[in-house]
Amino acid sequence: MTTPVGDLLRTLTPQVLGALLRRYGRFDGCEDAVQEAVLAAAAKWPTEGVPDNPRGWLVTVASRRLIDQVRSDHARREREAAIAVQPPAEEVPDTDDTLVLLFLCCHPTLTPASQTALTLRAVGGLTTAEIARAFLVPEATMAARISRAKQRIRAAGSSFALPAGAELADRLRVVLHVLYLIFNEGYTASSGRDLDRADLAYEAIRLARLVHAQLPDDDEVTGLLALMLLTHARRAARTTEAGDLVPLAEQDRSRWDRDLIEEGTELVKAALAGPALGPYQVQAAIAATHADAPTAAQTDWRQVAALYLILSRIAPNPMVTLNRAVAVAEVDGPAAGLAILSTLEGDDRMAGHHRLLSVRAHLLERNGDLAGAYDHYRRAARATASLAEQRYLESRASRLRR
Amino acid sequence: MQFLISMHINPAVLDALTDEEKEAIGTGHAALLAAVKESGELITTQALVDPSQAAVVKVRNGQPVVTDGPFLEAKEFLGGFYLIDCENKERAIELAAMVPDAAIEGLGVEVRQVMFADGLLEA
Repeated sequence: MTTPVGDLLRTLTPQVLGALLRRYGRFDGCEDAVQEAVLAAAAKWPTEGVPDNPRGWLVTVASRRLIDQVRSDHARREREAAIAVQPPAEEVPDTDDTLVLLFLCCHPTLTPASQTALTLRAVGGLTTAEIARAFLVPEATMAARISRAKQRIRAAGSSFALPAGAELADRLRVVLHVLYLIFNEGYTASSGRDLDRADLAYEAIRLARLVHAQLPDDDEVTGLLALMLLTHARRAARTTEAGDLVPLAEQDRSRWDRDLIEEGTELVKAALAGPALGPYQVQAAIAATHADAPTAAQTDWRQVAALYLILSRIAPNPMVTLNRAVAVAEVDGPAAGLAILSTLEGDDRMAGHHRLLSVRAHLLERNGDLAGAYDHYRRAARATASLAEQRYLESRASRLRR
Repeated sequence: MQFLISMHINPAVLDALTDEEKEAIGTGHAALLAAVKESGELITTQALVDPSQAAVVKVRNGQPVVTDGPFLEAKEFLGGFYLIDCENKERAIELAAMVPDAAIEGLGVEVRQVMFADGLLEA
């Protein structure tokens, strides 16, 4: 996926789409036309060379496609007349439309699956086939999903403009969540097509960088980018060559990417110095604390536990409680961790959840209850939907059997 | 998230349905199929031939031994499935409830998440 032409096309896609939207409106039609122009360029440029003005080339080709599309549609004769009088596309405004496009693609009427797919195509510049491969579905399935997402946006009557006031903050939260989902999809790659999926993490970071460049003073945007960089830094150490998961405590820290850690840590510091504290910043601070420890044993668990406590106050959810239990167990011992886990007993969202079972298994093991730990590892292994995680949990269980 | 919605049929129950009821099953599946195709949630769907046409294969001492008929000694058999990619388990259950078989006593509709996938389908 990363070739010079591919990178250039992915950078230009939102700019070209923005230029077309400014001129013609009609998000769905413009988006299709840009995708066709990008596919044409991807076929042509590697052999014939990149034109002097690649952006102008794409705008011209996409505009022609759009006009052809409208002409072939007899029911839209009036719009054809309107478009035909527009001057041919030559000058492209220099403003960056990435943010406006992201808000459009992450429209609240869409499901997260549609938001992620449309974002990757319209802003990320990925082809439908690439997105389909990354999400392990047939291209036709992904094409239908994207086309329906665009219909919904049209039905919602969205305009090509930044939302205003309080809506901007709400919509930005959705955008950040979508980028977070794209990142996680790549990060939790567990099947045979790891490479395709790892590219999703790369894409999410690239998009987060674009948003950060537009909104450098938004602490949560900074926090999310930092969180992604600090998490991505551990990628090489996170699985064995056979694809088995390596838990944080057992990772070879010399394989962590120091440049990413440094960049991420600087961003966390900047974000935390800002006025607004949000969940992405706190999660990034936790990741930075781990990154700061030369060995697992030297982790500042007191700080990690304190950060999880803050996180559980500003963004309470059972997963945060679970992680806080892990940190508290490191500071005050496994019994203290198990006591926090017991507060999740009555939570329907967590009943039989593999993460709860596996954390409990770890803490029971450390507390000396080997039979209980064995039982929980086995139950967690049955409950997970990830093969890599299942292999890991089975191996923990069989270690106790010996 | 990917889920298999499997349909466990009972040939005796199906035989006892009226023509109208059988037709309603057909239109129900057509409606579900159209909906999941349009929404971009369908990966594939397949229906299997009658269980009487099944063959059970065993290998004993390195030699295959084939017996005609289904493996399970049950009244219900796997009749077909929908493989879907949807938001979460709640949505998969919502789709499963649209399978017309779910409304008929004696037919079973089951939802299970996919754990590993590979193949030319890229699904």
